[in-house]
Amino acid sequence: MQGGAAGSAYRGRTASIGFAHGPLVRVDAGAGGERVAGTLVEEALALRKAIDLASGQIADLAASAGGEAAQILEFQVALLEDEDLIEQIFASIGEGRPADVAWRSTLDEQIAEYNSAADEYLQARSSDLADLRDRVVHILRGDAGEPLKIPSGGVVCADDLPPSRFLEIDWSGGGGLALLHGSPTSHVAMLARARGIPMVVQLGAIPHAGATALLDGEGATLELDPSAEQVRIFEKRRESHRKSRASARAILRRPTASWRGEHIKLLINIQRVDDLEHADAQYADGIGLMRTEFLLAGHSELPDEETQFQAYDAVLRWAGQRPVTIRTFDAGGDKPVPGFTFDGEPNPFLGVRGLRLCLARPEIFTVQLRALARAAVRGNLKVMFPMVTQADELEAGRKLFADIVQRLQADSIAAMLPELGIMVEVPAAALAVSSFKASFFSIGSNDLAQYVLACDRSNGALAPLMDPLHPAVLELIARTAEHGRRAGVSVSLCGDMAGDPRCLPALLNCGLRELSVNASALAQIKQTIDRLSSGGGVG
Amino acid sequence: MLDRADGQNFTGNVRLVHAVGMHARPAVKLTKLAKKFQAQISVRVAGAPEWINAKSVAKIMAMRAAHGSTIEIKASGSDAEAAVAALVDLVASDFPDGAG
Repeated sequence: MQGGAAGSAYRGRTASIGFAHGPLVRVDAGAGGERVAGTLVEEALALRKAIDLASGQIADLAASAGGEAAQILEFQVALLEDEDLIEQIFASIGEGRPADVAWRSTLDEQIAEYNSAADEYLQARSSDLADLRDRVVHILRGDAGEPLKIPSGGVVCADDLPPSRFLEIDWSGGGGLALLHGSPTSHVAMLARARGIPMVVQLGAIPHAGATALLDGEGATLELDPSAEQVRIFEKRRESHRKSRASARAILRRPTASWRGEHIKLLINIQRVDDLEHADAQYADGIGLMRTEFLLAGHSELPDEETQFQAYDAVLRWAGQRPVTIRTFDAGGDKPVPGFTFDGEPNPFLGVRGLRLCLARPEIFTVQLRALARAAVRGNLKVMFPMVTQADELEAGRKLFADIVQRLQADSIAAMLPELGIMVEVPAAALAVSSFKASFFSIGSNDLAQYVLACDRSNGALAPLMDPLHPAVLELIARTAEHGRRAGVSVSLCGDMAGDPRCLPALLNCGLRELSVNASALAQIKQTIDRLSSGGGVG
Repeated sequence: MLDRADGQNFTGNVRLVHAVGMHARPAVKLTKLAKKFQAQISVRVAGAPEWINAKSVAKIMAMRAAHGSTIEIKASGSDAEAAVAALVDLVASDFPDGAG
């Protein structure tokens, strides 16, 4: 390499495939220029203004993000409104410190205290404080009054990124995400995959220097200040990826995928109604999983029946004759919802979540079931319950639903009971699958794997153990598929496994003939099935 | 429960039944509720040397009150009695949603 500026390469783990070639953008506190301090009064005013601006920004974010992110943000707002804390910082300015220095040193003290706590929960809160510290510092430096604009194709580099920060970045010009820590199973990774943004995690230490970056989400590499040769090789890989995607898109237009002469139904997962705008969505055989938690986010009140009905109806209208499987609220676990989920469960993944929570909160569940009963007459609707353990739970849900339908009909409101199925994600449900009188089953492989393997899927340290291809997981999938085949009941799989080409041969061999994936993965999965069918590898 | 009244000063104590102790959500709720009152309100884990301002979320978090500990509350001011009663009720009822 010439000029001693040989590009350096770092390897991490893939969180979302794709390529980005552009300027490196650090979003942590190290970025940004120095600021020139003014008089005491000017500094105090600058901090007051920055705090007000930060408060407004965070409130806006909380409104659009909802869920867990909204709660984290609520704590940040409370800190900004903490007069004791803020007075301490103004006192420090009064002693002659510039606003940013005073703010930062006070927050750093708090962060150090949290980090030194024996309590893991308090340690984890220190990243919320760091988030808040950096937001105000950026505002004081005048470089974060607006949402961070990533230059086209820019590669965002951070230690880790809370989902709220990801949502704040304008990804319309493309780009990628390179995290020094982080986990492929985090919420941010799920967001990146859904948006088709390449993302690599666990890159370790990277020098602050570096103007240009090449991020390869497939090879899980980040190259900084690459040589011309490195760029040439990268662009070649990117081009071959693009071509294989283009040929996959061509395959999309062909009718149903097939494997060994059997049709494979490919459906899509959607998180919200807007996901149907993805260019590939139209090629799906239907919607295998419509999550409904988005309805719970970003509002001070839970959504009323009409709001819910409109959302379900929009999706059914889009689908026409094709089946639409809507999952009832799957809150709890790692998805707390204020006013709905129970606070402070010591082990929320094993707590009151999914259908358990809905049955415990009939006043909320009833509203959703009424909206679904009305939507059922508008298209090919199926409804499934998440986190079911016992056949009795399905029957309790069915009874509630049937009563609601009856009441609606008595009031001359068009309604019907749709087909009812369950998610198979609790190992007990997979083992006793024949005890459920369900019209269909949908395997939630993310939760099923985490429960069978006893691995928290958000814990990066367990990633090597978190193997969805573990024989125990495959055994449960095969048993469920086998039951479906014998009972003549459809079985699909809607977890991340379905969108992972490496898992496809195992899933097909387990007997699955229906898969549901994000629209962005549809082309690649169809192409992979095509290759497997003609004797090729996963590609 | 409300312990005693001494002019405009009121005190109370309540057991923290919240499973994970005084963490972010309970702390936010407690400070939000405290701020609705004019009274000066202080809290501490029973027996701790220092009283803490109940309106400061940072200090409430730093108090690190664990599950099962007893929280002492004292307030002074015109609405002190109502403030102590409301805070005792919030903690005793395990920080229900919609409160605070």
